[in-house]
Amino acid sequence: MSTFSSSFSTAVDLVLTANPELAEIVFLSLRVSVSAVLIATLVGMPLGALLAIRRFPGRATIATVLSSLMGLPPVVLGLIVYLLLSRAGPLGEYGLLFTPTAMVMAQTLLVLPIIAALTRQILADLHQHYDEQFRSFRLSGWKGIQTLLWEGRFSLLTALLAGFGRASAEVGAVMIVGGNINHVTRVMTTTIAMETSKGDFSLALALGIILILLVLSVNVLVSLIQAMENEA
Amino acid sequence: MTRKYFLIKHTLFLFVLMAGSSDLQAESRFITIASTTSTENSGLYEYLLPKFAGATAIDVRVVAVGTGKAIKIAEKGDADVLLVHHKPSEERFVSDGFGVERYDVMYNDFVIVGPSSDPAGVAGFSSVGNALQKIADSGSTFTSRGDDSGTHKKELSLWQAAGIDVLEHDGAWYRETGSGMGATLNVAAGMDGYTMTDRSTWLKFSNKANLKLLVEGDPMLFNQYGVILVNPSLHSHIKATDGQLFIDWLISEPGQLEINQYRIEGRQAFFANAPIQ
Repeated sequence: MSTFSSSFSTAVDLVLTANPELAEIVFLSLRVSVSAVLIATLVGMPLGALLAIRRFPGRATIATVLSSLMGLPPVVLGLIVYLLLSRAGPLGEYGLLFTPTAMVMAQTLLVLPIIAALTRQILADLHQHYDEQFRSFRLSGWKGIQTLLWEGRFSLLTALLAGFGRASAEVGAVMIVGGNINHVTRVMTTTIAMETSKGDFSLALALGIILILLVLSVNVLVSLIQAMENEA
Repeated sequence: MTRKYFLIKHTLFLFVLMAGSSDLQAESRFITIASTTSTENSGLYEYLLPKFAGATAIDVRVVAVGTGKAIKIAEKGDADVLLVHHKPSEERFVSDGFGVERYDVMYNDFVIVGPSSDPAGVAGFSSVGNALQKIADSGSTFTSRGDDSGTHKKELSLWQAAGIDVLEHDGAWYRETGSGMGATLNVAAGMDGYTMTDRSTWLKFSNKANLKLLVEGDPMLFNQYGVILVNPSLHSHIKATDGQLFIDWLISEPGQLEINQYRIEGRQAFFANAPIQ
């Protein structure tokens, strides 16, 4: 019980004093996860839309594979990216291991299947709804995808949130490819893992509280946007 | 081929751009060292590295993992310097051509900790071999790192010296956690078990709960740290000059003095013992 109350006051202290080290860690966490979600969105949404609308051989297989990849353990993905980026690996010459870029790459790959699969689901439903109109307007494939993405934009925010939640919560991948280097690749989740291993539970829990509050504020922001749209 | 290359390069560039950092052309001078969780968790690096950076303007980035994994990272060329604590593995690293030369840096010692009720009755033992024998005889829970770290290797060698085959009891009273020192101490605290830890991690560890330091002082519990430059002839990107500068500073008089001055709760955590240059 004392751990819970003391970690809560630690969390409040950390936030109120605007602890610079905490700020650095929070900023890096956001930078990495938001970048990953943006890149995954740029690739994943058109991919999901394509799978929802176009009929081509192998479509069902790709959709199934994407859904399964949603369950990929971050630590496995981290290991794969580690082996790719290691100096002994195929992309070793760029020296990207143990940098924030490596962390963005790992999280992008982690989030991509989630965003693509959810987009496919959302747009497939929407497509049924709009199918006749599309045909009567003779909208071509790409134009149709654009229209659907636009019409479904508020539901698609949910896919984005799911991706962001996954990215900001995972520790396995960023620990391996980032290395938890102080001031360079230390993010919230790796700090929590480290403080737990040092037995400093209240600091670890305090960071956990701050992480949840952060994700909560992003979610509240998105609900507000969605609510505003519903009113309009 | 060139087209594929172009694609890879531009995809990577996109990532770097999005990550908003200049990772490809690092703005500052830095080296990466692969090291152990014990040195990182002790707080030594946070004390030591700014002093080195002040003297040379070189930042040191520490990847803290178990000794076994640190050696793997260095073998692949993903670090410039290796600073770990298992001399036989370090010497093999050099003789296999992965490292240039090994230097002694500092030492401290391992200790046996366990529940304050001490069911095996080992408190105050001066011989670690006898203590382990008692723990085994009484079948008291012992949590082992089980992660190929320097501490794990040391612990295994102590069991072997005591003539006890722990693998026979693996999963019974002998429990391998497969994780770091702190995590293993957490498990020991939770299960009222014994474990072996380096002294600095123990001093810094905040979740001691019911655990107490029970056995210390046996010369067999000596814990030596060594530092090695990763061989630049195997990997052309190794920052040999700056890496060697770091090693030279560590084993120089100023570096050694700083190591001796570091305190955890008023106690000296590491004892510098590089041969005088």
